[in-house]
Formats: sequence, C-alpha cells, structure tokens
Amino acid sequence: MTINWQQYAAPGCYDELIDDHSRPRLAAGALCEYLASLSDEDLRERKTAAELAILVMGITFTVYTEGGSIDRAWPFDIVPRIIPKHEWDRTEAGLKQRVQALNLFIDDLYHEQKIVKDSIFPAEVLEQSVNFRPQCIGASPRHGVWAHICGSDLVRDKDGTIYVLEDNLRVPSGVSYMLENRVVTKRVFPELFEYQRILPVDDYTLRLYDMLASLSPRPGDHPNVVVLTPGIYNSAYFEHSYLAQQMGVELVEGSDLEVGDDDCVYMRTIEGLERVDVIYRRIDDLFLDPEAFRPDSTLGVKGLMRAWRAGNVALANAPGAGVADDKVVYAFVPEIIKYYLDQDPLIANVPSYLCMREKDRNYVLANLAKLVVKPANESGGYGMLVGPHATPAEHKRFAELIQKDPRNYIAQPTLSLSTSPTLCDNLMEPRHVDLRPFILSGPTTYVTTGGLTRVALKKGSLVVNSSQGGGSKDTWIVDTEGF
Amino acid sequence: MLSRVAQNIYWMARYIERAEDTARLINVNSNLLLDLPRDTSFGWLPLIFIMGAEKLFFEKDPNRLADEATVIKFLISDREHSGSIISSLACARENLRTTRDAVPQEAWEQINGLYIYARDHVPTRRGRYEFLRRVIQGAQQVNGLLVGAMSRTAAYEFAWLGRYLERADMTTRIVDVRSASLLARPKQTSSQTPPATVSEQAEQDPFESIQWMSVLKSLSAYQMYRQQVRLRVRGPDVLKFLLQNELFPRSTVFCLKQLETRLSDLPRNSAAKAAIASLKQQLCDAALPELANEGLHGFIDHLQIGFGEIHDQIAATYFSH
Repeated sequence: MTINWQQYAAPGCYDELIDDHSRPRLAAGALCEYLASLSDEDLRERKTAAELAILVMGITFTVYTEGGSIDRAWPFDIVPRIIPKHEWDRTEAGLKQRVQALNLFIDDLYHEQKIVKDSIFPAEVLEQSVNFRPQCIGASPRHGVWAHICGSDLVRDKDGTIYVLEDNLRVPSGVSYMLENRVVTKRVFPELFEYQRILPVDDYTLRLYDMLASLSPRPGDHPNVVVLTPGIYNSAYFEHSYLAQQMGVELVEGSDLEVGDDDCVYMRTIEGLERVDVIYRRIDDLFLDPEAFRPDSTLGVKGLMRAWRAGNVALANAPGAGVADDKVVYAFVPEIIKYYLDQDPLIANVPSYLCMREKDRNYVLANLAKLVVKPANESGGYGMLVGPHATPAEHKRFAELIQKDPRNYIAQPTLSLSTSPTLCDNLMEPRHVDLRPFILSGPTTYVTTGGLTRVALKKGSLVVNSSQGGGSKDTWIVDTEGF
Repeated sequence: MLSRVAQNIYWMARYIERAEDTARLINVNSNLLLDLPRDTSFGWLPLIFIMGAEKLFFEKDPNRLADEATVIKFLISDREHSGSIISSLACARENLRTTRDAVPQEAWEQINGLYIYARDHVPTRRGRYEFLRRVIQGAQQVNGLLVGAMSRTAAYEFAWLGRYLERADMTTRIVDVRSASLLARPKQTSSQTPPATVSEQAEQDPFESIQWMSVLKSLSAYQMYRQQVRLRVRGPDVLKFLLQNELFPRSTVFCLKQLETRLSDLPRNSAAKAAIASLKQQLCDAALPELANEGLHGFIDHLQIGFGEIHDQIAATYFSH
C-alpha cells in the first residue's frame, strides 16, 4: 500500500510536513508527492539503502551498558524534516541574538558582574551555580567570546510557535550526524535535490576551522589547531574523530599534550614538541586540568588553565562558559537579552517555573502530573520527570528531590512537541521531533543551515536522545520563493 | 605526527606480524613432528622457550604438561598469554581502534574481521591448519591494503618499522625451532662419534634435509630458496638464506635493511640507525656453517637482544619526548 497522506494524522500536534487538512505544507509538497509515488517495495529499498550506507560509512555512537560500551549504528529515518527558508531566516536571527547576549552575560559574570549589581540576575543563583568557575574570573578570551560553539535545542508547540528548550554551551554534540545525515539522504533520494532548492549544510567544518583559527594567540602564523577528546570510550568519540578529520587537524588526548615552563602548550610528535595554539576541547571543564580542577583527572593536561590564562592558548569553548548552560539561568535569558542588547527575544523561551521561588515551587509541587521537571545541570535527558507519563511513585520521589534542593530544579508545562512523518514498519506515522542548530561565535556569528533533527522513534515518546531510543532525520531548509 | 599515533601504528603492525609468524611457527613444528621418528623426545615444549614464555607457562603449575593440546592452546587461544595469536590480534585491533583514521578504512575492517574470526573459531586438531592459514592470509591482506592504499607518510613508515622488526625477530625464532630439534636429535645419532665435517653430518642424518625444508616452507621460502640455491637443502645454506639473504623478504638481513630505509625518511633517526648498522654488521660477519652445527641458539639469543635495542632506540626517539 502506497502512502496516502489523507490517512496520515497527528491529532493535537503541529506536524512539520502535513497541515491540519492532511495536505502537505508548501515547502514539503515535492517531497510528499514523491514519497506517495513510491511503492512499498521502493520505500523498503530506500530504507535498506540508507541503513547500508550508515553501516558502510561507519556512523556510530557509543552506548554505555553493563557489559562495557559498544558502538551502535546511528538510527536514522529516511523522511527529511522540512523548514521553509523564510521561517528559518527568523529563527537564525533569533539564535544569533541569543548567543550574542549569552556571551556578553558570561563575560560580565567573570568581570564586573554588572547584571548582578543591577539586580537583574539574582546573586544567590550565581553563588549556587555549579558551573561557575572562580578560576576564570578576570580572564578575557579573544573577541570577548566564551561559548564559541553552542547547540540550542528548539521545539515547536501545537500552535506552531518555536521555543528554545535549552542552550548547550559546554561541549554540545551532534553536528557530525547532521552532516552525515545529509550525505545519506543524497545517496537515497538524489532525484529530490534536482528539482528544488534545498540549502546545503556542508560548509560547517570549514566555518568551524576558520572560527577556531581566528582564536589563535599567534595570528599571522599558520595556527596549530587540535581537537581534544577524552578518548574512545566517550559517547561522542565518533564525532571528535570526524571533526578532526574533516578539518584536517590532529585529534589529541590529554596525554599527547603538555604545558612547558614557558606556559605554552605543546603536543608530543615524532619530531619532538610542537606548540599548540587552539584547542577545540571536548572534555568537560572539571577534567581539563588536574592542577586547577579535579586532581584525579587523567583526561586533561596539567597546567592547561595556566597557559590559557596567560593567553598562550585558546580553548573553545572557554572554561566556565557552562555557567550560562544551566536550566535556572535559562529562565532568565529573556531578561539577559533585554539587559545587554536592549532587544526583545526573537525566539521565545518555554515558560519556566523556578523551584527556588516559593510561589513557583508550590505551584510545581501541586501540579507535578502536568509538568516536566528538569534538574539544572544534567544533559542527555537524564534525571528528568515527564509528569503526564510518570507513576505516582515517581511524582513522590521528585517532590522530595525538589524540596531537598529547590535551586536545582525547574519545571515547564508539557509541550505538545511537533511531529514529522516517520517511516515505521513501512507505514508513515507521526513521531515527535526537536531541532538542534549549532551556532559558531568568533569575530562573526554563523548558524548551521537547519541543524540536527532528533526524533523519538517510539510511538508517543517525547524523549529524542540517542542514548534513550531516539533517532534522527535530515533537515531541509527549502527556498520556495523564486524557484 | 603525534607520538601516540606513531606508537599505536607501530604496535598494530608488530602485533599483526606476530600473529602471522606465530601461526608459521606452529606450522613448522607440526610438520617437523610428522616427519620425525616416533622415539624422539623432541615435542612441543621448545616452542614455549622460543617464544620466551616459559615463566608464564609454568607460573601456576611448575609440572604443567607441555603436550600438544596444551601448548597449542597456549599459543593460539590463551588470552592470558600476551604472545598468543588471539592476544596479538586483540592488541593489534585495540591499538588501531584508537587511531582508526591513520590507516585506510579497509585495513581496519580486515583487522577487525580477522580478530573476530580468531575469537569465534577455536581450532580443532583437524581444523588447525586451515585456521593458521586464514590467520597468515589475513595478515598478508592487511599488508596488501597498506601498500596499495596508504600514502607514504610517516604513519606508513611506522607501520613498516613495526612489521619488519617483528619479522626479523620472529624469523630467527622460527629458525631456532630447528636448533631446538638439533639439541634433541634421535638417540642413535647423538651416541655416535661426531662427524668430521658439516657435509658429512648432513649425509649421516636422514632427517636433516626434510627438517630444513619444513622451516623453509613455513616461511614461504622454499620455492625462493630453490631458485637461488640450486643444491640440495642443507642446514648451513638454509641458515645463510634465512639470516643473510638480501633478496628474500623474510630474511633477517632483508628486514634490517628495510628498517634502515624506513627510518631514512623520518626525523632524528641517527641513534636507531646506528643500532641497526651494528646488528647488521654482526649478522653479516657470523660464521654460519659452524653455527649450523653448534651454538645457533646462543647466536639467536644474541640477535634478539639486538632487536630489543633497536626497539628501545625507536621508542626513546619517537614515542616518548
């Protein structure tokens, strides 16, 4: 049975491709028509071809299990998610605005803390922030930028409004999958790229390299850029190795680097020691330097913070940038944008209840079954409560957790995440999606064309993380004007 | 190039070669045993000594029986023995896993596949030859992929440094099998008056030629030997061929010369080159006809110390800092 869009329905949700009258949206017209022209057999063939391509290209991610960690093939849905260009242009401007404000905010926190003195941002939130690094006070990274690479998660509610769900300013991952998804789609549906204008995504790694090179403390010379990975057992190791390879730079581990008596960073090569200018680090702050942070870290480089503070090496993202990557800070982003840029946010925040505020906390405790509760400093979807899907016992456990440590929790209304048609057992079914664009900040700001669309492959599930049963889709920004 | 990456590639290549040559070692011994008369005391134990693994082998039980099944298991599938085929393949894979980008994708797939094959097939006595053949062939395929698809950068040189150093070492160990059997030759021979000349000895020992043929065959050297040395297969000639021949790619001198060539494109190579030159000189000066008769084992020990020194020089120059 071929696809009949009339029978496709996503009740109560905004669907990215199909409108309320079961008609393809304008930008998705060509794709939907094409998919409907395929027989079941054709569709199955495309799916198999995609799976084979992923296997052959070796696109994997690592899952932690009791029996050690294993590489798994990346779960991918062949039906792209489409965003019209005119809508994306607004989103892109909103992301640039947001990251610009966040960088000003971080820089302020490590210098004069004007925003605290002006009573916009509460001092107690800052005091209790687990990602504020006193070691960074007074440091001035180049261009005033701390969060060079940001991955912001966007979702769309049932009325079609796009919200920012969170900003990942520490070591956001996923961009390699965004790039590889496009390669796979081009192999599976080459004909679709001929007749419409799907904007390319491939220049990300060039932009990334240029941004990193611009941070070099030795401008003029050919900068020595490296990617610093915690190693093969990290879940994002594939991405670390992929990015290093695409940029043509060395992929190093902590043990490959050392800081000399001159407070410069060197890597150990067969030629001897070679100076390093820029480190794209994919290691969390606390493991970066046993001298400055956790003394038991074997992943980092002793003296790295000394070298960074002396201005002899650039770190991207800068240590301490995670202070703005906190779900409590998140709630203040509209005020932060207003304060530093004197602008209204172009993309909305999801309304958030801060459990540290008594009034909010009482509301949250009384309405746990309706809300999503998130710990302030977890990522990957861990430690979350999705109220409507949780048992009374879980509600009770979270009520206790919140009362014990209110600063650590925020709550948000359960959004009806938008859906996008997804091929499930050869039937087109709606599945919930989000979107993670990546924003590069250096002398200029760059936003990826679209981003990584993550999809909850389980029916009804809202959890899109790959470690918990999520998959991904290619994301098309389609220009429907003048074509 | 990062020291860590150079080191990983070097060891990856060494371990692959070690797996291959261990397979060859087991083959030569199997063949020798089939050819020898039943009353010889020569058995499987010498292989443990040749691999330098006697300490580990007897660690738990000083009276451990070194029969065929035990020794074979120790050399092929014992994970606690770091020199076993399975351990060598696992180490090769592990070294490459962290530096996959440095070699062509197909080489990684080949090494991964070879490891999985060895892991999933514990050979029976009947299946042993086929198993060892697959290991040898698999290692040769890795070679081929590197030669055919890898740019001649420093990474390539390190792979071949590892491979040729291991091969030089293992060729001498395989030759040593014959010296072990020499020590334990059939009783009726050893009780006779020692022969006056080397050639007389060869005439007297009916197994002499057959045994050396086995050694040659296990190194894929028999055909090449016959092309270059047209006389009958005699101990001193075989030794000369396997240790001093400059054209055969598994001979020790050939391997040492390759090490020199590989090093010449790398920076800071003088210490390692000096160690190689010194060992090569000693090897060329050796009086092999006499050694074939007596003292071969000691000479091979001496060579192996030399290989160790070359490795130490390479490691000190490139892998530390």
